[in-house]
Amino acid sequence: MIHSDLKTLSRALKEKQISSVELARLFLERIARLNPELNAFITVDEEKTLVAAKAADLRLASGSAGMLTGIPLAQKDLFCAQGWRTTCGSKMLENFVSPYDAAVVTKLEHEAGMVSLGKVNMDEFAMGSSNETSWFGAVKNPWDKTCVSGGSSGGSAAAVAAYLAPVATGSDSGGSIRQPAAFCGLSGIKPTYGVVSRYGMVAFASSLDQGGVIAHSAEDCAFVLAAMAGFDERDSTSLERPPEDYSRLLGQPLQGLKIGLPQEFFGAGANAEVVAAVLSAVEEYKRLGAKIVDVTLPNSHLSVPVYYVIAPAEASSNLSRFDGLRYGYRAPDCNDLREAYTKSRAQGFGAEVKRRILIGTYVLSHGYYDAYYLKAQRVRRLIADDFRRAFQKCDVILGPTSPTTAFKIGERSADLVALYLSDIYTIAVNLAGLPGLSIPCGFDSNGLPIGLQLIGNYFAEARLLNVAHRYQEATDWHTRRPQEFCGEF
Amino acid sequence: MNAWEIVIGLETHAQLATRSKIFSGASTAFGAAANTQASPIDLALPGVLPVLNKGAVECAIRFGLAVEATVAEKSVFERKNYFYPDLPKGYQISQFELPIVQGGHLNIMVGQGEKSYEKRIRLTRAHLEEDAGKSLHEDFHGRSGIDLNRAGMALLEIVSEPDMRSAEEAVAYAKALHALVRWIGICDGNMQEGSFRCDANVSVRRPGASLGTRREIKNLNSFRYLKEAIEFETRWQIETLEDGGSFEQATVLFDPATGKTRAMRSKEDAHDYRYFPDPDLLPLFIAAEWIERERAALPELPVAKRQRFISDYGLSAYDAATLTASLEMADYFEATVRASNPAAAKLCANWVMVDLAARLKREDREISEAAVSAAQLGGLVARIADGTISNAIGKKVFDALWMGDGVNADEIIAKQGLKQITDSDAIEKLVNDALAANPGSVSEYRAGKEKAFNALVGQVMQAAKGKANPQQVSELLRQKLSTN
Repeated sequence: MIHSDLKTLSRALKEKQISSVELARLFLERIARLNPELNAFITVDEEKTLVAAKAADLRLASGSAGMLTGIPLAQKDLFCAQGWRTTCGSKMLENFVSPYDAAVVTKLEHEAGMVSLGKVNMDEFAMGSSNETSWFGAVKNPWDKTCVSGGSSGGSAAAVAAYLAPVATGSDSGGSIRQPAAFCGLSGIKPTYGVVSRYGMVAFASSLDQGGVIAHSAEDCAFVLAAMAGFDERDSTSLERPPEDYSRLLGQPLQGLKIGLPQEFFGAGANAEVVAAVLSAVEEYKRLGAKIVDVTLPNSHLSVPVYYVIAPAEASSNLSRFDGLRYGYRAPDCNDLREAYTKSRAQGFGAEVKRRILIGTYVLSHGYYDAYYLKAQRVRRLIADDFRRAFQKCDVILGPTSPTTAFKIGERSADLVALYLSDIYTIAVNLAGLPGLSIPCGFDSNGLPIGLQLIGNYFAEARLLNVAHRYQEATDWHTRRPQEFCGEF
Repeated sequence: MNAWEIVIGLETHAQLATRSKIFSGASTAFGAAANTQASPIDLALPGVLPVLNKGAVECAIRFGLAVEATVAEKSVFERKNYFYPDLPKGYQISQFELPIVQGGHLNIMVGQGEKSYEKRIRLTRAHLEEDAGKSLHEDFHGRSGIDLNRAGMALLEIVSEPDMRSAEEAVAYAKALHALVRWIGICDGNMQEGSFRCDANVSVRRPGASLGTRREIKNLNSFRYLKEAIEFETRWQIETLEDGGSFEQATVLFDPATGKTRAMRSKEDAHDYRYFPDPDLLPLFIAAEWIERERAALPELPVAKRQRFISDYGLSAYDAATLTASLEMADYFEATVRASNPAAAKLCANWVMVDLAARLKREDREISEAAVSAAQLGGLVARIADGTISNAIGKKVFDALWMGDGVNADEIIAKQGLKQITDSDAIEKLVNDALAANPGSVSEYRAGKEKAFNALVGQVMQAAKGKANPQQVSELLRQKLSTN
């Protein structure tokens, strides 16, 4: 049962082959047994989970259940959930219990009736590409426990890859859903900016952050995205659009689909095995009837520097509220206000968060604002223009999700630029606000999964999922799982 | 000393009369227990987001129209970053580069009566922002308390050009602005509760010289403090400069107890607020139709009303300005005129500005709490105008109305028999009696003492219980005293 896709789980629940409580217990048992090896979960609360599962069973019995009612999920630990500890992977919020629900929590748990198994690990305040910046320790990749699971939604990816949860929420500001999905052999989608409400999702970089899903398949992504998306008047950047069934185009043939290959995504930085796997996926798409066109994203090489101006600038301001006064970590034995601020923040934040606060404060400072922040905003528009021109020639853009497969834990902590460059293909998508997804397309010689990124035009989620789903019907990369975690108990 | 010119500009924070806060749904009612009106958004919990209150935007549009400013088609909310315990997010959402109201002006009356003059004060801008909470340093035995009820209240910060040249002009401007924001219903103007507070930028220079170094006096929440603070500050600046000294640009606080200002921080330790557009809020676009809707809903504005009072009722500019100091007073005056007659408008104006105002001041009441309604006062003025009673008896009737001794002036006049005696036979008898009874005064008058004449008038009026027509009495007395 734990290996089933969401459609199968939904049918089993509706046909009473299993109750939501029984299903939750199966996963809770696996979490209790296997999580210590992976460190995917930060908080598990069996009692809360079972209360929610019982409520789902009542809905199932009363016939008021939806497609996802009773299905468990793991929540990335930046979605505030009432009564749950919400840490953002930080010592600063180690003991913060949210008094309110994020929009995503309301939609998935209260409306759709999904059952939270707990809160999963992440890079501290979503700042990182390896999950190594978490105060709660690095997450291990189920494919190779000496490797990172990716970040910042590394806990989400590891939990799904090891069957500790059938699906997980994530958030993506520069690749934080797509890169861990790629590193763990999963499917993950980041929708168009404004599709999923950010209300209650702890902010890292407000103009880039977007909630999304990590799951076993594009089809599963479609079901969960449909339940979490939608206009929310509490988020001023939420887009007022009618609700959408993201699975409606899944079966549509790919005849005549125009796939754009940007030369910039296949350059010197990309690992040869990664490029080879992606190019063989291109061959598969040709067999499925797609046409390949060359496109160019001439400013994409600027996306990493632009991102490391804009994201830290917003973060430096967003994280000012963590001052130790009203909630969160407060340093002991402070003699005055200044000491309380400086010590609480010095002790409560980790090195990467502090680094980005410093960068962000610097680029917004008087005398530097124009040279850094304003210039970065202008380049950001150029990057978006690149995509606009490219989508005049093609329907979707295809390339690798990450230049490499999962790297060793600790390997890049000394070389931050190398670490930052691991998001080089994903960041431009956030800067432009476009939807992007990652699906598995092969393995490297170490047996680590390789991810394929598909980028769509604004609001083209259903089409993107269709393009991913047809590939998954024709291939089986997405069904491969690390042997160690495949046994059913 | 006279060779110095004082230059003043004001920044005024008007708390907008919205039911909920500018970026959250929390209530704005004053006086609730500490922190009971702070929502997760006001507390800046992790993950919360601001949503702009349309009501606050409407207030800003109305203000922009009332001061003939440009209401910006596009304005932008920015974050002003600094750490302070009563600023929960670590930044204040404000407007910086693109404020909602740009330019504009306010025409003010300065001074009293004959010496009064009109002056136009230009406005630089007005922008929307959120208020901070309150730090409470008393009551906690060495600790500080934070009340976030005020955090997130909608403010309109109105910035003037440095157009004022004296404390008196600054106060006149502040009063006119105070009247205007109440007039158009965007601010309750309650200065004690902090709904309307001013910062004054003050500098001095030799006439014709470029602007001198300015110091900003923060948080003046009464017109009296505004005046005292500016007067002290300008004296201090002039004395410092005349003694050969100098001073730096600084922010200062005014201590009402000592009447002095003292520096709070200098330019060197001024914050770098690191303003940048708030990514949680989209730029605010205001369509022309929205502006027109607000224009249509605006009441007649003070300046227009002042002009109309002058042309329609023949009032002096000073009287018209006094009567348009608040919408309530202007409405009361016009209702009084309607209840009497337009020809008696000047008399109505005097009654409202002098007798009613004095009574209100004595009882510390607002005009809305006047015990005599405009209709009652109008009825009273009508009886003075048509000669039924004298002005002096009018005051008696007014007192009776105030005490609730009758529903209108006519009833009181009838009940108390206050109708003026105009019958000349009756008056002649009263005059003859007075002359007979006061031979001393008669001879004093004839010896050239004018005072004696007044004493005789007094005697007649006393005998008539005030009801004799004073003009007739004095005419007849003079006639009798000169013929005999």
